[in-house]
Amino acid sequence: MDAFLLQVLNGLDKGGAYALIALGLTLVFGTLGVVNFAHGALFMLGAFCAVSLQQLLTISKKIKDPSVTFFDAFKETPYMEIWFGDAGTAIISYSVPLSILLAIPVMLLVGLIMERGLIQFFYKRSHAEQILVTFGLAIVIQELIKVAFGANPIPQAAPPIFAGTAPVGHWIGLGDAVVYPWWRMIYLFFSGVVIFAVFAFLRYTTYGMVVRAGMADRETVGLLGINIQRRFTIVFGIAAVVAGLAGVMYTPILPPDYHLGMEFLVLSFVVVVVGGMGSLPGAVSAGFLLGILQSFASMNEVKNIFPGIDQIIIYLVAVVILLVLPRGLMGRKGVMES
Amino acid sequence: MGKIILDVSDVQMRFGGLMALSDINLQIEEGKTHAIIGPNGAGKSTLLNVCVGRLQPNHGTVMFEGTTLTGKTPYEINQVGVARVFQTPEIFPELTILQNVMVPAFAKRDGTFRFNAGGSLFGERQIREEAEHVLEDLGLTEQRHHVAGSLSRGDKRRLELAMCLVQHPRLLLLDEPTAGMSRADTNRTIEILKRIKERGMTKVIIEHDMHVVFSLADKISVLAQGRIIAEGAPDDVRGNPKVQEAYLGGAHL
Amino acid sequence: MSIPSPRNDWILMAVFTAAVLAMPVWLAPIGAAYPDLLQKFAIFGIFAIGFNILFGLTGYLSFGHAAFLGVGSYAAVWSFKLLTMNVLPAVLFGTVLAGLFAVLIGFVSLRRSGIYFSILTLAFAQMSYNLAYSVLTPITNGETGLQLTLQDPRVIDNAISAPGEGLPWTELFGIKMSGYPGFYFCAVMLIIAFFISLRIFRSPFGMMLLAIKSNQTRMSYTGFNTRPYLLVAFVISGMYAGLAGSLLAVTDPLAGAERMQWTASGEVVLMTILGGVGTLVGPMLGAGIIKYFENIFSAYNDQILHGIFAALPDGIEAVVVAVTGLFVGEGWHLTLGALFMIIVIFLPGGLVEGARRIKSFFVRRSLRRHGIRTDQPVTRV
Repeated sequence: MDAFLLQVLNGLDKGGAYALIALGLTLVFGTLGVVNFAHGALFMLGAFCAVSLQQLLTISKKIKDPSVTFFDAFKETPYMEIWFGDAGTAIISYSVPLSILLAIPVMLLVGLIMERGLIQFFYKRSHAEQILVTFGLAIVIQELIKVAFGANPIPQAAPPIFAGTAPVGHWIGLGDAVVYPWWRMIYLFFSGVVIFAVFAFLRYTTYGMVVRAGMADRETVGLLGINIQRRFTIVFGIAAVVAGLAGVMYTPILPPDYHLGMEFLVLSFVVVVVGGMGSLPGAVSAGFLLGILQSFASMNEVKNIFPGIDQIIIYLVAVVILLVLPRGLMGRKGVMES
Repeated sequence: MGKIILDVSDVQMRFGGLMALSDINLQIEEGKTHAIIGPNGAGKSTLLNVCVGRLQPNHGTVMFEGTTLTGKTPYEINQVGVARVFQTPEIFPELTILQNVMVPAFAKRDGTFRFNAGGSLFGERQIREEAEHVLEDLGLTEQRHHVAGSLSRGDKRRLELAMCLVQHPRLLLLDEPTAGMSRADTNRTIEILKRIKERGMTKVIIEHDMHVVFSLADKISVLAQGRIIAEGAPDDVRGNPKVQEAYLGGAHL
Repeated sequence: MSIPSPRNDWILMAVFTAAVLAMPVWLAPIGAAYPDLLQKFAIFGIFAIGFNILFGLTGYLSFGHAAFLGVGSYAAVWSFKLLTMNVLPAVLFGTVLAGLFAVLIGFVSLRRSGIYFSILTLAFAQMSYNLAYSVLTPITNGETGLQLTLQDPRVIDNAISAPGEGLPWTELFGIKMSGYPGFYFCAVMLIIAFFISLRIFRSPFGMMLLAIKSNQTRMSYTGFNTRPYLLVAFVISGMYAGLAGSLLAVTDPLAGAERMQWTASGEVVLMTILGGVGTLVGPMLGAGIIKYFENIFSAYNDQILHGIFAALPDGIEAVVVAVTGLFVGEGWHLTLGALFMIIVIFLPGGLVEGARRIKSFFVRRSLRRHGIRTDQPVTRV
């Protein structure tokens, strides 16, 4: 039972990341009808917003170390500390959550530029061409990141108060063996909040209602004289922000490198397909489901029975689901079936 | 009454809560032209879709010359000799017109699958001649090397008809073959369909244009709200008050 | 391109053969006439030609073809290790095994179309890649890659003659398969591959595949079961990939899992669309261009760039070097991505289509001068 709970918990945060990426992917697909292979790159860009802010905050100069008295020792000290003392140190240690403030405008801008500059010209082109052009874009973004930040993963620290683990097992009376890193719990909570926010936006604002109507029947909404195009541009921006935020918060869990986007893209596409193309609840539930399944597959007990299952479980599930339920778990009829 | 070629019995088709077809019984006589008319949403296209295997009915069977069509795939149904013209022309837009007609000719000759990669299209004289013959019959010979997607809508419909005719089907199902056509094109299509009739091909036509219906049909079935409300020779149906009410809301034919 | 006819096809075949065999001559002026690169041209040409049989004729976009390339390589290296250094069995095993693998993957993936098909093939390729790295290490030798060793049994070779000193080399009845002999072996395979592809394009089977691409609904109401057609096309193109993979092992007897990664699948897609999807010579052209520029661009570094732009004023020179430096050397992938986008945006028909447009522009202009109308596109069977 302990092990079971532990695996569920371990799968949840990864599932949260999958869900957030898949959510944006589905939103874009459902509204704009575009298959965006560069969506993983947006996740990665978000992660590198966090890296940028951290690097920005830790720009340092060498100053004399006052704690060493018997000779002149110099140490790299960030300007933040020089200028603001302990407050500066605190700000640096919170660079990951602070990056959210940076990532929102940056990702929104990136999304708008991407939609206006490229995606809008592909609404009428075939899905194959959409895949190809966004695949090209993903490579370009990934390589630019490699040029700017190098090829190695850049670790990011979670704020110190979230550094330890939460005694989840103790709370629910299952023994002290079940612990869960605080930051992962934050991530899970965070993805829940973002998912909730997106759904609330779609459900309770008139803006969101138009978007949902557009997802259901684009032509009719266009006929109503609503400028659906502009709204869809903003939807793309929102999807970019959601992916970016997912990336920012994920950095303490997985140090980002330029490959991050592609890895998550392939998996998220599988998630979207499993959830059902065009279904937002499908994307979210499939995200968590696959995250948890992956976590179970990496248990030694499972691996001993099916060697290598942890490497392929997601793909295997995708294949089975697609064959048994052609439209995924919650897909609508007639989406992408031509 | 002549030999029954298509026998639809007790067919029921539901979409969710909507009963699209209820207890349809329909017998089509060999060599005759049978028109199905009715207001929009009466279930005419649904009925054709059931016949060609696009939809599987919830209840009932469709028999064609002693073989059951229900449960068969569209390609199996085509192979027993049922061809269909669609409401919006289903052609191969990227292929030339001649190729469009050669493809179904291959299906007739080679069956559902044949790995014929060793052969050469240049060598398929017979297939090509058959296709060219049909194209000539329908007046498409001149454009035969053009890409089919470049044809006008009326010509696309004629091409689709050619694609069906090259297979010499025993039964031809036509879904509004003249919708959207000019009067001249409509008359031309009527002429073509009359000529086919002389060769003894059975036809089922869904049509809104009464001019077409009364020019061609030997028998008419009237469908309304998923039921057949009247059936008979054109003149009987024309005078049937039930039909006038259901179909025209009281106006006269 | 000229109108297809049996005679024109023979001319095309003859020109292609001559061009391939004479590559060491006519590629010399652009510095591409050395065996290693020529081998790559031929091998990736085969890969792209095969991919085009699936994507170009049926429109099914596979994102997992690299898996077949990898299977071909592994099979070939195992043939070298277990049986003989002769390349014929290796090529045979590589092609056949990739074909069997394609039957399996194709049978499942082809139950869906459109993007679902792409994702399914991608999923299978990623599974193969991940397994090759982990559980299948006894077969693939994991990260190190599968290589020849001195302890290999090589039963056929060792039955005929005593093993020599050091690692043996791949050979065709005594001819060492590296350098130019290796290229010519690949070239002959390429010519055969091209010939088969030409025959498929001109066959009724090829026309059926095009018809499936054009309108699958009509195909089934026309009496065709489309799935076996698609499966055969998928398997043929998988076998082409397997052949290419085994030739990679012939010219350099090792096989690694990275060959199966999905970026490798993306590369063959790019080659095909760059040259022209659905055209006969396009994929070969695309493969050649990509491999040529990869080779050139990867070799550049900042020093060479400084040399090239030395004539420019200092400040401008530094900027130019910095910008171009992004795209060469390590930055080759950036060029590849940008190229991908440019082709899809501006020239979806690829280079062959571009050439056709230029040609028809001139033809039309000269026709118009003679007062002939040219608004209807005309092609022949």
